[in-house]
Amino acid sequence: MRSNVTEYEMIAPRTLEAALQTMAAQPGEYLPVAGGTEVMVMLGVGKLAAKKLISLGGLKELRFITASEGSVTIGAGTTFTDIRKSKVIAEEFPLLAMAASWTGSIANQNRGTLGGNLVNASPAADSPPALLAYDAQVEIVSARGVRTIPYCEFHKGYKKTALAADELLRCITLPRRFAGYFQRSRKVGTRNAQAISKIALALAAKMDGDRVAEIAIGGASLREMPIRCYAAESALRGQKLDAAAITSARKALEGEIAPIDDIRSTGKYRAHVVGNILEEFLRELAASEE
Amino acid sequence: MAISFTVNGEKKTVEVPPVSRLLDVLREELHLTGTKEGCGEGECGSCSVMLNGELVNSCLVPALQADGATICTIEGMSAGGEMHPIQKKFLECGAAQCGICTPGMVLAAHHLLQKYPQPTMEQIREGLAGNLCRCTGYQRIFEAVAACAEPGSQTQDLGHPHPAAVTDEVGK
Repeated sequence: MRSNVTEYEMIAPRTLEAALQTMAAQPGEYLPVAGGTEVMVMLGVGKLAAKKLISLGGLKELRFITASEGSVTIGAGTTFTDIRKSKVIAEEFPLLAMAASWTGSIANQNRGTLGGNLVNASPAADSPPALLAYDAQVEIVSARGVRTIPYCEFHKGYKKTALAADELLRCITLPRRFAGYFQRSRKVGTRNAQAISKIALALAAKMDGDRVAEIAIGGASLREMPIRCYAAESALRGQKLDAAAITSARKALEGEIAPIDDIRSTGKYRAHVVGNILEEFLRELAASEE
Repeated sequence: MAISFTVNGEKKTVEVPPVSRLLDVLREELHLTGTKEGCGEGECGSCSVMLNGELVNSCLVPALQADGATICTIEGMSAGGEMHPIQKKFLECGAAQCGICTPGMVLAAHHLLQKYPQPTMEQIREGLAGNLCRCTGYQRIFEAVAACAEPGSQTQDLGHPHPAAVTDEVGK
């Protein structure tokens, strides 16, 4: 049933500082809303528990993409449309550009933000696999100060994040060392447009001759939260990509995932398909060096 | 709460709860019923409007976030009783049947043609992928949008050019 909108309060601070002061004064009282593409859906179906909302939608301090020599930083309030328009992201971080294009429809990409996607923390979200493969760092702010953590430590469980009740995600930073990497990602959904993923996988790798020098793999809908596939990476690092190495990588991946049966797919299907995709990526990676 | 914005060129102020859906504000407060509700969860595009020049699903926009905004609804597409050229192409191509998706389709097509005045079929399909139609099978809608880009079509100059070129300047 639809929510009664008169029961909800919403404020729109004009600056990030003002938003942080409100969060500090009443920690946990206000649910941040950026583009509203998730929160307003929950409101529509009568499942929005928080009664007080704080709009971050208009905050310019959160909407930017800046490139320095060593890194690219993306404000949490940057929309997926902004990301798709960015030249540096298209050229050096195609996995993220691809993920942005997968996220909902054009109308949703115009509103939905990268920060919202991460803080909402769905295990099926589109952008996390790319950010995990790129060794992203996230900057977290509160009235108490600023802290930076690796993105791979941001998700703490099903829809749980490292954010304290008074904190906001400010930006995401990507190291600019992937330009020459072999990069692949794939999303499996019910239809091409705006489906939520059954599974998704993103891979960035570099070969040294016929051996894997560096490899990073991120996945969605493989566990209760987005994950880096460390076991599969370990099975591959330093290896020649022959049939035996690919088989052992599949086995390692199988051991570190726990996909579930739900409305979109089954655990068995997910486990099998993600293994197939990994194998396909690795065969292409091997061929890229021949 | 008092919320003010410009809709179809007119300044309006409404007194509504801040999380009211923009869709409901347009339909119930301003009687702009051309904007339709389909799914109410951002999947179908029936409630598409232009908000500050960007296509959005108005069912997912809290009224407070529209404060100060410039909005264009389907009623704003025609001028002086004259249909917009995109609407004319929809009519000529038989791109509407029951009509519920049509306002959203026209606005999505408008947004698409601003970004890509000469869209490829792939761009048309992507640009309209967030707008569901249960009658036409889409083909005639795609044909209508493609026809808008043909030489001599009046839809080529729609104002508010939206550079499709990639850029790193965001948040302006």
